[in-house]
Amino acid sequence: MATQRKLAVDAVLVGFGWTGAIMGMELTAAGLKVLALERGEMRDTIPDFSYPRNTDELSLGIRGKLFQNLARETVTVRHSLAETAVPYRQLGSFLPGNSVGGAGVHWNGQHWRPLPDDLRIRSRYEERYGKKYIPADMQLQDWGVSYADLEPHFDQFEKICGTSGKAGNIRGQIQAGGNPFEGARVNDFPLPPLASVNSAILFEKAARDLGYHPFPQAASNASRAYTNPHGAQLGPCNFCGFCERYGCYNYSKASPQTTLLPTLLHRPNFELRTQSQVIRVNMSPDGKRATGVTYIDAQGIEVEQPADLVILCAYQFHNVRLLLLSNIGKKYDPTTGKGVVGRNYAYQLNAGATLFFNKDQPMNPFVGAGSSGTVIDDFDGDNFDHAGLGFVGGASIGCINTGGRPIQQMATPAGTPNWGAGWKRAIKDNYLYTASVGSQGSVMSYRDNYLDLDPTYKDANGLPLLRMTFDWKPNDIAMTQFIGTKIQGIAKAMGPRDFKMSVRKPGDHYDLRVYQSTHNTGGAPMGADPATSAVNPYLQTWDVPNVFVMGASAFPQNFGYNPTGMVGALAYWSANHIRNRYLKSPGALA
Amino acid sequence: MKAVVRTYTPWHQRWSAWAVAALALGAGAGSVIGLAQGVEAPSSPATAASSAGAPRTLIPAPPEQATARNPLLMRGEYLAQAGDCISCHTRPKGAPFAGGLPLKTPFGTIISTNITPDKEQGIGNYTLEDFTRALREGKAADGHHLYPAMPYTNFARLRDTDLQSLYAYFMQGVPPQKQDNPKTELAWPFSMRGLMAGWNLLYLRGKPYEDTAAQSAEWNRGAYLVQGLGHCSACHTPRSFTGGEKASTEKGELFLSGAVIDGWYAQPLRNTAEPGLGTWSVQEIAQYLKTGRTAHTAAFGAMAEVVGNSTQHLSKEDLTAIGTYLKSIGDEPGVVTAVVRSTTDPTAAALRNGEVSKPGAMVFVNNCAACHRSNGEGAQRTFPSLARSSTVAAKDSSSLIRIVLEGSAMPHTKEAPSQLGMPSLGWRLTDANVADVLTFVRSSWGNQAPAVSADEVAKVRAATGKQASK
Repeated sequence: MATQRKLAVDAVLVGFGWTGAIMGMELTAAGLKVLALERGEMRDTIPDFSYPRNTDELSLGIRGKLFQNLARETVTVRHSLAETAVPYRQLGSFLPGNSVGGAGVHWNGQHWRPLPDDLRIRSRYEERYGKKYIPADMQLQDWGVSYADLEPHFDQFEKICGTSGKAGNIRGQIQAGGNPFEGARVNDFPLPPLASVNSAILFEKAARDLGYHPFPQAASNASRAYTNPHGAQLGPCNFCGFCERYGCYNYSKASPQTTLLPTLLHRPNFELRTQSQVIRVNMSPDGKRATGVTYIDAQGIEVEQPADLVILCAYQFHNVRLLLLSNIGKKYDPTTGKGVVGRNYAYQLNAGATLFFNKDQPMNPFVGAGSSGTVIDDFDGDNFDHAGLGFVGGASIGCINTGGRPIQQMATPAGTPNWGAGWKRAIKDNYLYTASVGSQGSVMSYRDNYLDLDPTYKDANGLPLLRMTFDWKPNDIAMTQFIGTKIQGIAKAMGPRDFKMSVRKPGDHYDLRVYQSTHNTGGAPMGADPATSAVNPYLQTWDVPNVFVMGASAFPQNFGYNPTGMVGALAYWSANHIRNRYLKSPGALA
Repeated sequence: MKAVVRTYTPWHQRWSAWAVAALALGAGAGSVIGLAQGVEAPSSPATAASSAGAPRTLIPAPPEQATARNPLLMRGEYLAQAGDCISCHTRPKGAPFAGGLPLKTPFGTIISTNITPDKEQGIGNYTLEDFTRALREGKAADGHHLYPAMPYTNFARLRDTDLQSLYAYFMQGVPPQKQDNPKTELAWPFSMRGLMAGWNLLYLRGKPYEDTAAQSAEWNRGAYLVQGLGHCSACHTPRSFTGGEKASTEKGELFLSGAVIDGWYAQPLRNTAEPGLGTWSVQEIAQYLKTGRTAHTAAFGAMAEVVGNSTQHLSKEDLTAIGTYLKSIGDEPGVVTAVVRSTTDPTAAALRNGEVSKPGAMVFVNNCAACHRSNGEGAQRTFPSLARSSTVAAKDSSSLIRIVLEGSAMPHTKEAPSQLGMPSLGWRLTDANVADVLTFVRSSWGNQAPAVSADEVAKVRAATGKQASK
């Protein structure tokens, strides 16, 4: 029961990270009165990410100062339908953000576009390998939007972020030194690539010698001072090694704070309310339109916020949970495969090698940046022939030196004791001479990997938690096993004294304790078919035309890249259709 | 799409377009205007329509700016911005021009007054003559003397036409506010406002600006703005012990020669060697005033506020005129030239080789080098250069010390919205650390400024109360 009712706004944004900031910019530019509701606090470079406090690994990297407080709200997790899910109580596998900027504050800045065929994956596999190649329980889906549709928005988002990289394909012309597999781009990156570090140089040579096509990781860590189209400025990255899990003190990493908020927060038709946690989207009595949202403010008061447009911009989990709590869209049922909300939860499956070199090859790992390194895309998507391999998907493989931080980035060779004098000696001997090669592998969608509301556990407000039912499937294990052999080949060719591999094996279950990536996807998949998608190709919910859902919850399955480039481009794409079509004639866009 | 993202249509222009749309849409428009004005309509036709499934029309709110179409008011608003009236006459988070901001002066704290057209608390009963007398002679409508924290000695230069525009703006373009005026209570003898009559005899000499025939129209425009509304000399010209500016035009050698005010050192604005404007181009001066930053430096302290509230709103022509005028004061044009930056600077080379034996070098590496870099050059428009910087080379180190202790941020401006900032370091550096690092910076990369002592740092720390900040 709401105890307060606020004045209506034209559009309310639920959550204020990347997609909230993008939507805020675009809709205020269209003249709307826009309100953003953020459950966390205000955060900005100064004071929140100020040097040197920002480099406190214990409070930020380990205790997760910037992340969601799992004691108030979390997800429950189980491996299969038969199990009872238990809450994710300690940060491990993934790190959802909180507060202004969201996870856009503490990402690494690895900026990708998906491959054109990633977006029409079912069509592609059926054409090339036949319908039978796709396992029966794999709910492979085309996205309902093409690479060509999104190209201007990939470009737009890269310009906002000052992305540093080397194009591989400009208007169909393959560019030496870039990713030859990438979709055609109209423009090169706005900034040249970051400087290369020694480990990445060794990786590049090894990959080239093996016949692969290495290229610099596209980085939303600015390689030069940069001014974006809004006039917002980035400073050149100084390779301090505190990107992932940290805000950037140097204005180098693209985040809502560095790229959009300097303009948006000063627009007179924009308002931000922090410490305002949205608990549901309110519906008209006939359930056909949203009338606004209800949130709980810092004093614990329930507030009703009327709005003409409701745009869910929260993290993937929260978007799906809000749809479920608000009864928008048909809930997914894994037994029948029918329903759309909660459908196609997916993730990523990564593998890696840690390499230890002799002292003639110093790696100086402390000279690092979130996206400093070299990558190959030869075994990603359908860039290689899957015939006879028996799996769908692939992985990008890279040697990226994100830093050499004293707690988490201390690798030791196999056989080293976990503590004591032996451990210390191994650290001393190896710290400067360590590198790693890793993969980001796709995970497909399956009938029984899904999200729904937990029947047992509730959050601090007494509302049911989101429940994740998820485990690795044979297809994805086969993919990572295959990728593991490629990683091993490159690792050997880099000439280390010793190296150790980490690759999931058949029979391994998803382990929540081990960090993997904060690339949770799906649950409100986009698509052209309302029977298998929760939102249409413009991210508008099929059933309620004034509710849009941004973010990675729209991914019908996951690919082998960081999702942010796609998430940003989709938000611009959706905003474009809202501005140019929806506002002129509010209603279903598809 | 890109064009839309790059430019932000001013509110009133968008409104006119939307108004047409609203009229065309008929019934929807009425309810929407109610919403836009912040009036809640619990059972408006729109709400009824939406529950029936018909979408409401989305229309933006109308503007509140009365100035939107009246050229006289727009001119007055522009002049009020040039005069930076808002900075002193608005308290933090208060209504614009409603006063209430305490201003520290050597004679005590003066609280700015309400200059909105409210008839009781503001200047709503002022006639044009009253208004003119206040600006030119420092006398309120009731005849009491204003304190010269109000720069009426500068505003005395204003021409009649500009005073008329300003008056029109303050009467019709500013919403009246009831906010009352806390009384300024200075200690005796300054409590005797009548003394100001004598003070005015000494210092209130200005007449409305008259063009200097030998100079260009641009120069004269610059001089008019600098001496008049811009009241640059209020901070940048040294004052006598009675608080009067030691020079009021370019004819005086001390005019805009730099002064300490409220714990900041306001730089010399004359065409002299560093720390003056000798190495600045007219374009750089204009860019600085427009955006609060140039390729090598940035506004800080009170000047950041001046850029954010005032100079960013001035036209490129006016800013160029200001630059032209300032560059004409001091040395002959061309006498002072920028020193070419050396690529083989010994300090940069030493730091790159890990050579940190010089006092302050290690403090620099640990606290400053991440942004300002070992060559002291920072990054284009982003991190100010410490090499050959007029701020670093300043005679008086107050500002430098304050920046290190408190941090600083560039102003938000329309053209350069990012408030790039330097964090406060006072909480982690001792007075000796600050003195060492500033002495190091002031003697490296071509800088040749005097050393800074720990005592000087201690004094600034005590005066600004920045023992340790968050």
